[in-house]
Order: sequence, then C-alpha cells, then structure tokens
Amino acid sequence: MKLNNYGEGIAKGMVVTMKNAIRAPITTQYPEKQLHISRRTRGNQLVWDKERCIACSMCARACPVGCITMATSRDENKKLKVDKMDYDAGVCIFCGLCVEACPQKCLYMASEYEKSVYSRNKLNFTKEDILMTEKSKPSGYYSPENEAKLPKQTLLVDGKTWDK
Amino acid sequence: MSLKTETFLVNAGPQHPSTHGVFRMRFILDGEVIQDVEPVFGYLHRGIEKLSEGLTYSQDMVFTDRLDYLASMTNNEAYAVAVEKLAGIQVPERAEYLRVIMAELMRISSHLMGVGFLTNDIGAFLTPLLYMYREREKILDLFDMVCGQRLTYNYMRIGGVSQDIPDEFIPALKKFIDTLPKFIEEYEQLLKTNEILLIRTKNVGILTKEAAINYSTAGPVLRASGVKWDIRKAEPYSVYSRFNFEIPTGTKGDVYDRYRIKIEEMLQSIEIIKQAMAQLPQGDIMAKVPRVLRPPKGEAYGRIEGPKGELGFYLVSDGATNPYRLHIRPPSLLNLSPLRELAIGVKIADAMAIFGSIDICMGEVDR
Amino acid sequence: MPIFARNILPALNSTVLASDWPAGFWSHLIIFIVILFVFVIFMAMGFIYFERRFISRFQIRIGPNRIGPFGLFQPVADVIKILIKEDIVPLNADKLIHLLAPIMAIAPAIMVFAVIPFQNGAALVNLNIGILYIVAVSSISIVGMVMAGWSSNNKYALVSAMRVIAQVVSYEIPLALAIIGVVLFAGTLSMNGIVQAQNIPYILLQPLGFLIYFLGSMAEINRTPFDLLEAEGEIVAGYNIEYSGFKFALFYLNEYTEAIAVSTIITTLYLGGWRGPSFGLPVIPVLWFLVKVFAVFAVIIWVRATLPRLRIDQVMGFAWKFLLPLAIINLLVTGAQVVFWPVLSHWVIVGVNVVLAAVLILAFSRFFRTAGDKIEA
Repeated sequence: MKLNNYGEGIAKGMVVTMKNAIRAPITTQYPEKQLHISRRTRGNQLVWDKERCIACSMCARACPVGCITMATSRDENKKLKVDKMDYDAGVCIFCGLCVEACPQKCLYMASEYEKSVYSRNKLNFTKEDILMTEKSKPSGYYSPENEAKLPKQTLLVDGKTWDK
Repeated sequence: MSLKTETFLVNAGPQHPSTHGVFRMRFILDGEVIQDVEPVFGYLHRGIEKLSEGLTYSQDMVFTDRLDYLASMTNNEAYAVAVEKLAGIQVPERAEYLRVIMAELMRISSHLMGVGFLTNDIGAFLTPLLYMYREREKILDLFDMVCGQRLTYNYMRIGGVSQDIPDEFIPALKKFIDTLPKFIEEYEQLLKTNEILLIRTKNVGILTKEAAINYSTAGPVLRASGVKWDIRKAEPYSVYSRFNFEIPTGTKGDVYDRYRIKIEEMLQSIEIIKQAMAQLPQGDIMAKVPRVLRPPKGEAYGRIEGPKGELGFYLVSDGATNPYRLHIRPPSLLNLSPLRELAIGVKIADAMAIFGSIDICMGEVDR
Repeated sequence: MPIFARNILPALNSTVLASDWPAGFWSHLIIFIVILFVFVIFMAMGFIYFERRFISRFQIRIGPNRIGPFGLFQPVADVIKILIKEDIVPLNADKLIHLLAPIMAIAPAIMVFAVIPFQNGAALVNLNIGILYIVAVSSISIVGMVMAGWSSNNKYALVSAMRVIAQVVSYEIPLALAIIGVVLFAGTLSMNGIVQAQNIPYILLQPLGFLIYFLGSMAEINRTPFDLLEAEGEIVAGYNIEYSGFKFALFYLNEYTEAIAVSTIITTLYLGGWRGPSFGLPVIPVLWFLVKVFAVFAVIIWVRATLPRLRIDQVMGFAWKFLLPLAIINLLVTGAQVVFWPVLSHWVIVGVNVVLAAVLILAFSRFFRTAGDKIEA
C-alpha cells in the first residue's frame, strides 16, 4: 500500500470541505417558509366524522396506550350512539392503529403539526373538539381520497428545501 | 526513591456529550491510562418485555419501534418474522420485496449515523456528521412518504406491510440511489486517507476473531474481526436468497476496520435495492390474517440481520391473544460485552473512539 | 520624585512624541491604550461572529441570522447571556487563585497588541525588540490556565491542566526557532522593521518556517487539531469547567483574543503586514492589514472544520519528532543563505527554499513514528 502520510489525505479532505462550502445551504428558515409535509402524515390530532360512526368502539380497543375512552348507549331505534368520546392527545403515540381498525373509515389523523399548548389539561379533547369541520385538515393516512387533495410533498432529493 | 501515586476514579456520567444516550462508565485512571472500566446502564429501562404481555400481538408492534429508535423498520421486521414463524403465516411476494427495500434503506441510514457519530467522537467538529445527515434526510423523506412518520414507523404488520407505496415513491428512490454513490465517494475522499483519522483509529481496540466469537458479538463488530457471518446469507429469511450481494469482512478488527465495514455495507445495500426495484412484482401487500390473532401453542425464535447485529425475538405462546413471554435479543448490549477487555490499557481518548465504533443505541441496551 | 523619573520623563516627553501632537506623552498613551483595548474587544466579538458564520458554510447550513440584520448582534447576545449568569465557586476551591486565573490568562494576550504595527510606524509602542517581547509575554497565559485547572477542585480540570502544560511548553521551541529565520532575513527584531524589509513576502522565502510557525501557533491557542483541552467528548470543557459568569466570559474572550493575536503576528511576519498598493490614502494599508488577518483566520477555521483531533501523545510526538528537527534544519539553511544574500537574486533563494521544504517534509514524514507504529493507508 502506498504510504501517503505526508499530508496528502489531509489536503484531499480540505478540498472536499471547500467544495461543500460553495454549495447552497439546505436550511429552511422555518416560520417564514414552510415545507409541504407528507400526504400521509400522522399528525397531532384525530379528526372524527360523526355521520358515518356506528359507535362500535373498535378504535378504543385497538389503541395500545388507551387514549380513547368511549361510552355508548342505545337510543330509541335500538342503534348505538356515542355518549362520550374522550381523546387524550398527551397520551397518544400517533401510531395510527385506531384509524386502521375503524370499519367505517370515519376516523382520520390530522395533518397539522403546530398544536402546542401551554398547559397539559388543554390536551384532553372531548367529542366536540375532534369533530370534522371545514377547518380541520385530515391527512391521507389510510384514506386515498384525502391523500389526493393534499399538495405534493417537498423532497430534498429534488433539490428543494422550501416552497416557493 | 519512587513516587507514591494513586489511581483516581473518573465518572463519564449519564449526561455526557459523547456517550450515545444515557450510559455511564466509571473509569479508574492512572494518569491518562485506564486501569479498569465499569459500565453502568439501565437508565432508560421502560419494561417493554413486561408491558408487551398485556397487549395483543398486533398491538405490540408499536413497542418494537421504540427499541432501537434509529432503525425502526428492521425492528418491526424482526418481530413480524418471529410471529409469522410462530403462527405459520405466509407473506405475499410484493410485501416481501417492499420489506427488503425498506430494510436496506434503514441499514443505509443507520450506518450513516454510525459513521457520522464516530467521527464526531474523534473530534471532527460535526462536519462529516452533517454531510451524512443530509443523505439521511433524503431517506427519511422517502419513509415519510410511505408511512407518515420519520422516526417510529409502525409500517410492517404481521403478514405483510400496512400500506402500498404511492406512485411517486419509485422515481424518488431511483433518483436517490443514483446520486448516493457519488456522495459516498465524497465521504471516502474526506475520511479514508485522512492521516489524523488513520492515526487515531488504526491498531486501536483490536478484537481478535476468537474473542469476538466468545463474547457473542454480531453484526459489523463481528465481521470486522474476520468472521464471515451474516444471517441474510447463513439462514435466509424473506426473499434475500434471490439477490446476489457480498459480505465485506475486515482483517484486523480495529476501529478502522469497523468504520470501513459500514461504508462497504452501504454500497452492498445499494446493490440489493437496485435488484429489488427491478424485480418488484404486483400483488397483495398483506396476507389474510384474522383481526385478533391467536397463534397455536408453542415457541419460536425469529431473527434478522439488523444494522447493529442480529436482532432476535423469542416468543412463547399459550394460545391466547397476548403473548405469554416476549424476549428480545439486543445486539447493542451483547456487542458491549468486550468493552472492558478492549478499554483496559488505553488512554481515555481511545476509549471514546472504541465506544463510538461499537455503535450502540441505548433504547436497545436497556429496553 | 525618584531620580530616574526626573531624568526620563522630560526625555520621553520630548523625543518619543512628534512635535505636532497636542498634550503630553502620558495622556497620549492613555488614550491610545483605551482605543486599542476597545478595538481588541470588538475584534474578538467580530471574530466570534465570523467564525460561526464561516464554519456554517462548510457544514452546508446558515449560521446565526436572527438577532439583528444578518445576525450581527449575536456576539452581543452571547456576552449578555454570560454576564447575567450567577457566579458559582465550588465549595472546596482555592478562592484567590480561582479569582486570579482568568485575569492571568487574558492579560498577556492583550499585551501582545502593543507592538503590532497597523501602519508604517503606527504601533502603540514601537519597540525595537518587538518580536522578543511577544515571545516572552505570550508564554505567561498558560500559568493562568494551570491556575484555573488546579483551583477548581475537579478531576476533569486537573487532567486538562496537565495536558495544557505539556502541549504549550513543547510547542514554544519550534516556534521560537522559526521566528529566528525571519529575523535573520530582516536583520532587525522590531516588528515594523520586519514589515518594511519584506519586498518579497517571507512566506515565499521561508515556506518551511511558515508551516512550522502556523502549526505551532495553532497548538498554542488550542485549536483543532490540537484542541484536546476542550475536547467535548472526553473531558467536557477542560480547565474552565467550573467557571461561570464574568470569569467564563474572560476565558471565552481569551480564546478568540489569542486567535487574533496569532493571526496578526503571522500577517506581520510572513505576509507583509500593512504592505500593499496604497492609492495615496493613508488608511488603505490598515484595511490591507485587516484583510490579511481575516484571511489567516479563515484558513484556521477551514482547518477546524475538516480535521479531527489528535491524542496527547501524538501531539507531543508531532512537536518533538517532526517540528523540532525541521525547525533546526530551517535555521541552519537560512543562516547559510543569509551569507549569500547580497550576491544571489531573491527568486533563486525562493526556489531553493520551496524545493528544500518539500523534500524535507517528505523525508521526515516517512520516518515519523508514533507509539512504535508507522501510519499506513
């Protein structure tokens, strides 16, 4: 093997560092420019579509940590309805097993990530808070129709680090 | 007349910038030379093995994400392989190929982190680490596209994978695989012949062949000592028998060899991914598995070749929905067993280099 | 007044100061000391900012750019943060030495600036033994570091203090020998005289000397690859581990003040100081000087961004087995060349020196062993 311990390796390394110094930086200046996140992201909250729900409690049974608490009862047509559905976003690990377990596909994960609160008890949501409205943004995890509506993800391999 | 000297005790404590996680080492030093080292761990113990007895088999998948949190896909795959062996489930072809692609991408990402943090411990001020993070960021973008998360994926299921890949996955993966060898060559130019790196890592922490086998190490640590053992070739699981790739081995077993092995394994992973992309068939992504799985009574040990070594799950079932016993063979913990023998007699700076080259993740050591 | 003061003061007042300066010698001195002090502190903060932005370019990221336009107030924010922290002294520490150590460490670094010429003859005190004063004064700051390490009552600090003595003392000798080469060519010890004698910058006439001096001074100021004093991975911040508040601010500034001092000395000795085309304005050479100082510091940052650090026995081996023989040979060859100085053209001497430097580095590195092993690729 060639003995090159007169500093050639160090010189080659310094050439590499200088080459990288000329490239554009890959940092995104966060609050001003925001990337498009994945269309299937498992975001910070659940979104519940009340009309399709049949109150089967499969989501509460599938959850590994027990963050969904459901109480159901039968109403006058002998159909199940939901009395109480408490979702604790502080315990939730965002694994998505509840979305997968729902047979009516009425539960979605949100595609938001900026939901910090100042005190921990604001993270306990009741069934009104997680109801699906126009403002809630369900993500495409396990639901192809939502996935088609969201913008495409910015990929670093395309050379983009922020959205124009 | 000779001077009376005494040894003193230095504690590289749980909070330390260079121990990867909460790991504590108590050194007994004589000047600068280490006389004895006692590793103390257990600061991250969460009781995963006991907790998993309270949940069903499909719910236990989320715990395996959090074992070696830098290589979640391979953890999921190991658990899935173990349960499928126990219950006798056959996985469809497309799911097997997708599993191979994800596992090899995970191996590239984990080795990038391993090499980056080794150079960080030796002293290069974050520069090679940030270059490697840029490539890892591209891999994490791909994973984000498939399953929605960047760190704890929960992607594999018992009997297949959970979702199919979207349309833009394969073009992005092709673009990434085409540019990656050029970046790896850049890292080689920066690090491979750097005299300071050579002088810090050559002949430091030599682990002989017999010692490596006796201490039951596995993975890059074992292969760098000269033993040609890789579970993907010795006991092929999934569809690895259909690809041709080589197993790089080292000669001497020092820190430099462990670093070279990781770079070579990354290049081999690129070959596997190219072949898997070419052979990807259409079909189902999940076998017909009942919603609540009740495997027959018995026990099974399923193992895969993870980035850090052999990761194995030992399952005992008594016919119920929950496992009776789940035991994990952590590669990082067993790779740490020769640490005491390697560290005695060297200086502190070398001990940090040796520790960085074994490449542990505390989530696995403590479970 | 004592006898010597009665004789010297009028002499100083009349001879040292030019005749059109208002006020006396002492007020002139005090004002310029204050100006120089403020300049050094501002340059140190500017260097902190420059380093953080420049090293970020090597790491393909942007440095701090939030505080102030382009992040220019970042060092101000850093200094304010350090100053409002509580000053904690360990229980069993030696209080007096703990207090004096930062002062002992930073004072010599600032004293170096008294003889650096910013323009032709424009130094605070134009000593005619300038470079000897610098070599003498700059060795005192390790006493400060050792005092810090010992008085902190902490094992990490003690290990670091022992390492610092070994490293700094070993690198003083090749440094001094390399300087003598420059002095032989220039014929004078005065800093301004050395700059005035550089018709060809001495980096060309003494390539080997420049390399030795550059590497030696990087070891003196504890920069990568010799920064095992503050190796984060091993001993977590070294001798200033028990300092917080204003004393830590002094250590932090000391690191950058020494870096500026070394950069200015290298510029003066090897790169031609303030020399450059001046376009008639007397302020342009000062700008040339600053540009050269920043260029030298940029190379120091470039080296820090690329290389890992060495181990302590490799650092010592490098000084004693590689730099010292090269420095002695450099001195002998320079001495021989000075004899022929008026006879041969200077460019012949440049050629001979460059070839000799290359040959010597190759030969010595082939024989360089550390811990009994050769380095092989």
